[in-house]
Amino acid sequence: MSRRPYNRPVSKSKWWTTQLRYQHYMLREVTCIFIGAYMAMLVWGLMRLSQGPEAWEAYVAGILSPIGIIFQLICLGFALVNTISWFNVTPKAMPLVVGGERVPGRTIVVAHYAVWGVVSVFVLAIAGL
Amino acid sequence: MAERKMQVEVLRYDPDRDTEPRYQTYEVGCDPDWVVLDALTKIKDEIDDSLSFRWSCHMAVCGSCGMTVNGEPVLSCKTFIRDFPDKIKVEPLDNFPIERDLVVVMDDFIEKFEAVKPYIIPKEPRSIEQGTYLQTPAQLKAYKQYSMCINCLCCYAACPQVALNDDFIGPAALALAHRYNLDTRDVGRSAREDVVAAHEGVWECSFVGACSQVCPKDVDPAAAIQQSKIASTTDYFTSFITGGSK
Repeated sequence: MSRRPYNRPVSKSKWWTTQLRYQHYMLREVTCIFIGAYMAMLVWGLMRLSQGPEAWEAYVAGILSPIGIIFQLICLGFALVNTISWFNVTPKAMPLVVGGERVPGRTIVVAHYAVWGVVSVFVLAIAGL
Repeated sequence: MAERKMQVEVLRYDPDRDTEPRYQTYEVGCDPDWVVLDALTKIKDEIDDSLSFRWSCHMAVCGSCGMTVNGEPVLSCKTFIRDFPDKIKVEPLDNFPIERDLVVVMDDFIEKFEAVKPYIIPKEPRSIEQGTYLQTPAQLKAYKQYSMCINCLCCYAACPQVALNDDFIGPAALALAHRYNLDTRDVGRSAREDVVAAHEGVWECSFVGACSQVCPKDVDPAAAIQQSKIASTTDYFTSFITGGSK
C-alpha cells in the first residue's frame, strides 16, 4: 500500500460553468461593467455640458436616440441585478444587534429596499418627473 | 417498508492500481429512511469491502463523512436517499487530493486551520483556583453560530477560490478565526491578523457565497469573512489615528 494522492484538474477559465451558483456570482460581477459604462455616460454628459449649449443638446439627442435608449435599458437591467444581488447579501456583511437580539436578515434587506424607494422618489422629484 | 433499488455510482481510486479515478456502479437495495452513508455502508459490508470512505458519528456532529453527492458537497449522514431519483453519483469532496476512493487528503486544510490559532488566547494565564471564565448569554450569542463548525470541509469543496488559489486560507478556518476574535475571553485578534488580514486570508474571498449555501451546520462562513474584511479595514485606518500597528 502506498500513498499516491490524485489531484483532479481544475479549469482556470471554465470553472464558473460547472455550477449554477457560480454563474449567479459571475452575473453579479459582470454587472459592474455596465454600471461603469453608465457612469462614463454621465461623466461624458457633464463634460459636454461644460462645452456649451450645442454640445449639451447633441449629447441629449444622443442619449435619446434608439441606440442610446437601448444602451440605458441594458444598463438599467444590469443595475437591477447588481442592486438586488448585493441587497440580498447585505445582512452577511452588516449584522445588526438591537436589544441583545440579532435583527433578522430579511428586515435588513427590506430596509434597504425602503431606503432605495425613498431616495428614488426624491431623485425623481428633483428631476421634476 | 419496501426496499428501493438504487444505482449508486461511486468515484473509485486505488493508488496501488489506478492511474486516475474511475466510476463504479453498484445496485443497492435501500430502505426508504436511509441516508447515503447507509447505502455506502451496505456496499462495503455486503457487496465490495474494498470501498473506502470516512465516517464516525452518523448524526452530523463529527464532520467525517463530507462527500459530493450529485455534484453537491454534503454530509452523507444527513443526505436522504429518498430525495433522489433512482440513481445517485457519489464522489470525494472537490478541491482536495484523493487519497483513496471517497477519502480525501486533509493535510493542507489542517495547516491552514492551525495557522489561524483556533483556540482561546487569554489575556493572562488563569489558574484552576481562579475558576471558569464568565460570559453573558449575549456574549455567547455573538460567536456561537461560528462555533458550530465541524470541519466537514463542504465549504472548501464548494469554494471556487479554494479551487483556483492553493494559498487561500479558506472558509472554515477564517470562520473559526472570526469565532475566536468575537469571543470576550480571547485577546488573540492581533496574533491572528497576519493570517486573517493577509491577501491569502479574507481578501482572497470574492464573496461567491457558496460556502454558506452548502454548510450543513448553518455556520455562514461567508458572513464571517465579510465581517472580518470590515474589521480588518477598520483596524487599518484606525492605525493611522492611534499610530500603532493596529
